[in-house]
Amino acid sequence: MSDAELATPFRRRADGAMKDAFLQEALTIATTKFIGLRRDAFASFPEGEALRDQARAIKEATLQHLDQHLETLIGNVERLGGHVHYAESPAEARSIIVDIAKRTGARMAVKSKSMATEEIHLNEALEAAGVTPVETDLGEYIIQLAHERPSHIIAPAIHKTKGQVAELFTRELKRPAEPDPEALTRIARGELREKFLQADLGITGANFAVADSGTVVLVTNEGNGRMVTSLPRVHVAVMGVEKVVPSFTDLMVFLAILAKSATGQKLSVYTSMVQGPRRAGELEGPDEFHLVLLDGGRIAQIDGPLREALSCLRCGACLNVCPVYRQIGGHAYGYTYPGPIGILLTAMLEGAPAVRDLAHASSLCGACADACPVRIDIPRMLIELRREVDDRKIAPWSERVAFKLLAGLLRRPGLYRLAARAGRIAQKPFTRGGRIGRLPLVFGEWTRTRDLPPVAPCTFQERWAADRDLRA
Amino acid sequence: MTGRRASLMVTCLGDLFFPEVGVSIVRLLRRLGVAVDVPADQTCCGLPLFNSGYHADAAAVARRTVELFSDSEHVVVPSGSCAWMVKHEYPGLLADTTLARAAVALAARTYELSQFLVRVLGVTEFTSAVPGRVTYHDSCHLLRGLHESESPRTLLGSLKGAQLVPLPGADECCGFGGSFAVRLPEVSSQILAKKLANVEATGADCLVACDAGCLMQMGGGLTRARSRVRALHLAELLDGGR
Repeated sequence: MSDAELATPFRRRADGAMKDAFLQEALTIATTKFIGLRRDAFASFPEGEALRDQARAIKEATLQHLDQHLETLIGNVERLGGHVHYAESPAEARSIIVDIAKRTGARMAVKSKSMATEEIHLNEALEAAGVTPVETDLGEYIIQLAHERPSHIIAPAIHKTKGQVAELFTRELKRPAEPDPEALTRIARGELREKFLQADLGITGANFAVADSGTVVLVTNEGNGRMVTSLPRVHVAVMGVEKVVPSFTDLMVFLAILAKSATGQKLSVYTSMVQGPRRAGELEGPDEFHLVLLDGGRIAQIDGPLREALSCLRCGACLNVCPVYRQIGGHAYGYTYPGPIGILLTAMLEGAPAVRDLAHASSLCGACADACPVRIDIPRMLIELRREVDDRKIAPWSERVAFKLLAGLLRRPGLYRLAARAGRIAQKPFTRGGRIGRLPLVFGEWTRTRDLPPVAPCTFQERWAADRDLRA
Repeated sequence: MTGRRASLMVTCLGDLFFPEVGVSIVRLLRRLGVAVDVPADQTCCGLPLFNSGYHADAAAVARRTVELFSDSEHVVVPSGSCAWMVKHEYPGLLADTTLARAAVALAARTYELSQFLVRVLGVTEFTSAVPGRVTYHDSCHLLRGLHESESPRTLLGSLKGAQLVPLPGADECCGFGGSFAVRLPEVSSQILAKKLANVEATGADCLVACDAGCLMQMGGGLTRARSRVRALHLAELLDGGR
């Protein structure tokens, strides 16, 4: 999202999203479908619960020795003839990739879906360097045509209805398109086939990288990942440093739960494993293979408060079940990663001030933690973020004063009783038929859509003290 | 059943807004032969402070709550969220203080009401104070925090004079979330609207929950919509006698 859009307060962005009837329709249909698919997938997979624990344990153990696993990975990728680059920041990652494009004379890059490249805003950098990026995942292709950004981690165009996509194709591709998913996919395939053959550069992310064999693993459903990694003469894979797993044995644990959590599939349609560039005697594969390892704030969290978020598999399950995401969709969050996990990742990548308001974009209902395949305690870390925002005085002063007053009240029962009495007097003009229908100030935020019960004429404790029969 | 003692932690919302729930619990427990006391000077468990990140303040409130209930045999709480605060957060908040052990001990003897009735007292048969169809909303902290979905349903399922009907999406949040409800009122209200549409679709006369926060949110939405459905705390239904 642009700085100008981010200048709109989060609450207003969220409200705007809820007034978008198309978005509301698309979100309800898609998230409801995903929830059901995930539930069914795990219902028929009793070993899933134990595998989730095992997956988390592997992530934790890998983080303990992340430097060693990365060294092993680097050694093996280089042994296979690949090149490894280390980027501390998004800017460094962009310039590494642009340099590769320039050196190899690339004019067009085909991309398979990658949140890491979204995170570093790679497409804009490529365009500025005269390289045309072409998104080849259907959802990414749609939003690239629409000049938008993904609104979901695995379903980037989840915010669009099929009718909107048909209109978009008709307008941008200048050919009539019917709102039928199969027909629309056929059009996109036709458009993309040429691009695969023309492209000099193939750019992917990595769902995992297996250290002990130097293998980059891509989990996809459309087959475009294979085209991107095998047709162009240069392949660049971009991954966050936390994506490394020690061995294939470990990888299998993740593959067993990832697709089930994301789309309810037993496995995704394609699980592509890439080991370096084409070797002598092989028929396909690129001449050059580059792996870009991205820090971007991750390393600092290995012993930071957001450490758990480094276990995230980017499955999107927490978005689908989140009552807030389900109302507002991904764009309103304003950053690359939306939803509950997105708030944590935004804090990791952009710093705590960026999530001053987002840290409160959760009712802390816990559905995200329940759905997370690696059991990241997202609500707990949202609370920790709120704490940091308060402690560093990033939170508005009016809020901090209000909570300090509340704390004072709750520590002093005399004051608490006095406040109850004061509330009873203050609420009188607003109480009708035993309900409060309209209140001024911040309380009006409640009463605009909901009645409020008045402070009781006699609180329970007052009654307990006064009523001998109740005590007896 | 005689000889049992329980202290009621009435909670701030229960004390100020829903005193009849506390009264129901006292009567209910007493009929079951439980001696009920209410330690004086209760305020709040500190969850609102904790959830908004004011942990030092929450710890100070936790400290006085632990001291207030230091002599209690069992502590019964009408709200899953407050019970969760005591059971899950007090030990951590007070870990490095002189009350560390007392906090752990309090956590172990604190129960949300339905859990206390079913799992401690082993009582499940009640007569409903309100006849008709009832439906049950799982409050988030009780369901996902305390992993309790059965006890309230056991009680409601065997309630004489009432028929329990399932609520679609019963495990989905009602949109309350404490300060969330006023920080993002539009989002909170839309979540609520979807919840209440599900409630209306059940044809229930009465919507039951075991959390004062959810009842404030859902009850406030129901009366605003002039719905015929009443939002009631579990205790108010069970108070019909045995």
